[in-house]
Amino acid sequence: MKVLMTEYLRIDLESENWECRVCDHTIGSARGNYKEGMLVYNRDPADIHPSIIDPEKYRFTFCPDKDWVHIYEFYCPSCGTQVEVEYTFPGHVPLHDMEVDLDTLKKQWSQRDELTEPTTGPNVLVDRGHRHH
Amino acid sequence: MNKPIDLKNVAEDQDLIKKFLKETTLFLGPDPEIIRDHRIMPRTDYEEKCVQEHSDLNQIASIRDRLQAACEEGFEMVEQMGAAPGAKWGDIITGIYSASGDLTIGSAGGVLIFSALVHHPIKFIIKNWIDEKTVGVNEGDGFIHNDSRYGNVHNTDQSMILPVFHEGKLVCWVASTVHEGENGAIEPGGMPSMAETPFDEGLKMSPFKVVENYEIKRDLLTFLQNSVREPKLQYEDMKVKLFACMRLEKRIKEVLAMEGPDALTACLRYTNDSVVEEVRRRIAEWPDMTVRTHVIMDSTLRENVLIKVNLAVTKTGNRLIFDFSGSSPEITNRAINTQLPGLKGMVAQSFMNHVWPDLPRGQAGFSPIEVITPNASIVDCSYAAPNSQSLMAIFTAFTVAQHATAKFLYSVPEKHTRVLAPWFNMIGTFIWGGVNQHGETLGNLCADLNGMGGGARMDRDGEHALAPIFATMADIGEQEMNEEEVPFLQLVSKKMTTNTQAPGKFRGGMGYSMIVATKDSDQWGFMTTTVGSKAPPIQGLFGGYACGSYPLSKVTDVDVYDVMMTEPERFKHSIPEIMNEQPFENANYSTHHMGMGFDLAKRGELYMISQGSGGGYGDPLERDPYMVIQDIEESLITPDWAKKLYHVVFNEETLKVDEEATEAERKKVREKRKAQGLPYADFVKKYVKDQPPENIPFYGSWNGDNDMVYAGSNDDKRDAKDPGPIYMINPKDVKIAELEEELTTVRNVAGLSAKDTRT
Ligand SMILES: [Zn+2]
Repeated sequence: MKVLMTEYLRIDLESENWECRVCDHTIGSARGNYKEGMLVYNRDPADIHPSIIDPEKYRFTFCPDKDWVHIYEFYCPSCGTQVEVEYTFPGHVPLHDMEVDLDTLKKQWSQRDELTEPTTGPNVLVDRGHRHH
Repeated sequence: MNKPIDLKNVAEDQDLIKKFLKETTLFLGPDPEIIRDHRIMPRTDYEEKCVQEHSDLNQIASIRDRLQAACEEGFEMVEQMGAAPGAKWGDIITGIYSASGDLTIGSAGGVLIFSALVHHPIKFIIKNWIDEKTVGVNEGDGFIHNDSRYGNVHNTDQSMILPVFHEGKLVCWVASTVHEGENGAIEPGGMPSMAETPFDEGLKMSPFKVVENYEIKRDLLTFLQNSVREPKLQYEDMKVKLFACMRLEKRIKEVLAMEGPDALTACLRYTNDSVVEEVRRRIAEWPDMTVRTHVIMDSTLRENVLIKVNLAVTKTGNRLIFDFSGSSPEITNRAINTQLPGLKGMVAQSFMNHVWPDLPRGQAGFSPIEVITPNASIVDCSYAAPNSQSLMAIFTAFTVAQHATAKFLYSVPEKHTRVLAPWFNMIGTFIWGGVNQHGETLGNLCADLNGMGGGARMDRDGEHALAPIFATMADIGEQEMNEEEVPFLQLVSKKMTTNTQAPGKFRGGMGYSMIVATKDSDQWGFMTTTVGSKAPPIQGLFGGYACGSYPLSKVTDVDVYDVMMTEPERFKHSIPEIMNEQPFENANYSTHHMGMGFDLAKRGELYMISQGSGGGYGDPLERDPYMVIQDIEESLITPDWAKKLYHVVFNEETLKVDEEATEAERKKVREKRKAQGLPYADFVKKYVKDQPPENIPFYGSWNGDNDMVYAGSNDDKRDAKDPGPIYMINPKDVKIAELEEELTTVRNVAGLSAKDTRT
């Protein structure tokens, strides 16, 4: 059975691995940090957040200061999907963001049916009044 | 030989000691026993009896519905009659509390954080004033409170608290809370960034009796009015809150007349206990794991520094533990620290607003959740530290809570809301004050603070400028109405700030720009109070990005009202046009971080800010090309940045998408990522440092070692358990020192000596 953990990651309970949901690539042990199986890139904030006012003229421009924040991008090494992004202090170690207790996860899902798509929660529907069939 | 201990004697001795200490206490300061406990109180014998005797769920539901309706009625009264801008736009709550002081039912709208806070002052009243012969708690009494150290967000929020009696017996409490604004602090508007001690923060009311026989005591009222800049507002809103509480009391008395006090008590107790049980059940459905996250707070509102708000959330079985260890130590002379209740309240409402909005708005929803905080930290400061800008700490704490929670929720089969990326978390608004066009002294803020960009959801974009993280159904107000009372105009208002979205498969909801200028007063000024001008204060989710950064732009030495009269075509309607084109001759154009202390604004000078965007969700390469085009059509993004961020190929004139070319382009980008990304170990080797950046003051733990925290320099490492005080130098003194150094250099080069060389 596989458990959908994030938009792009799932855990295969039998093989005990993190997998990419886009390309089925095996990323690494689900007892460890999936980020260790990713490619990582230190993105310049100016690539994502434009200086909407002129950086030649002004100190503050709507673009984050790259000496103050680093943007780590984590890619699936097989399909290049951007699995996670982390805004962090310059030089800080990437966070082990999801440390799963795999044995308990197995136990929990032994009582559940496998989901191939995540549930989304209740839909708020607009009441359109009477409807005739 | 050891004799068996007589437990009865020990208990009697302890009671005697307690009584002695109580009678000889010289100062009833904030009580940690009350302030540090957010759980609902244990069942009393009477509650037990009531629950046993009134187990008809239909009766309980019927009573609860009537109480809920009463809360909505009270909310409506305060919103319609309140004088504070915060009241008019829904920054309020009304609630019904059990006899022990637990909030059981709160109004559905309004500032939910209060629901996790007002029980503290009520418990203080119960513990200290009921048996105190100089105070007492009687029918018709009303108590006022605002001091955060006794359980509040900040002292701009004032509560009115009334006990409800039935045949002489206390059966429950009602309370109404409003973000009032003015409180007599060193800056107008109630949230001074300049406060360096709690004594700079204005009026601090521990819970005290201000109403007797349903009437406000005039002597105390006069004292309170003299303590704030808006004496009329102080009176009006005390009355409004009192009347709302009296209406709640009336509705409860109707219930009591029909159902009796035992049924009412059963309803309150059963509601709280069943919510606790349901929360535990829901937590058990989550995966057992630890999720770690942090956000950057890039400012104290006085100076730019790097402050860490750190969080690890661990779920095991039906326990959920929020651990903020590793967060910055408290800054002892800066206002951005929070008292513990404010932090918990904010995390509580991340659940009420965004995780379990279907549960009753009460204290029980957060009761079973555990919170660990480092001592004397920015998220749990000492009583000696100022906290009038605690919003900075609690909003960033909200974000880490929301970010971590989303990672738990994704896999859970039974969801009660969408998984979503972090909401924008700062109040992009103007706080204002001075003398208005009618000669009245005012101090308050624009309700634009209520328009924070919503986080992107797992199946749709975030909503623009939707709602603040601390309230649902709060309004951004009518600027034109506001302008009847304040001497400035929003020359540009509610215009989305192009190219400031947080990209993702689903993008965050964006914020709008505000350009204001004083018009009809010589004594008027503005403040802004957000962090995030250098580094975003939020995170994105699952491959989505955070928002960018948001500065303050100013144009001085200009009167744009004159320009509009003589050369109206020169006025431009966006921040980039005004700042980049500099259309007003001889004017001074400048940018600043968003911690602007109160600044007197001359007629026609421009102050320009933007609200922020909620976080993005998912890989931007998966964004539907047609949604990208729609954003271009709505001027949310320009075509060049749409191409750069989303790699959509389209005809710039017709905006027709070339789907095949888009697919090919995106494939190329994925390959490029694979080429540019480094294997994890190589990346860590290349980029990770064993210390914070050398040249920027940093506060908090580094690389996961939460036992030690940095305090502004790599040479200043402190024990996280007992970090001690941190005092910052006044930024003006820092600037003077820099200038003096420069001057010395210049003098040396020029061979000049100072006018006065004595030391
Ligand atoms: Zn993949």
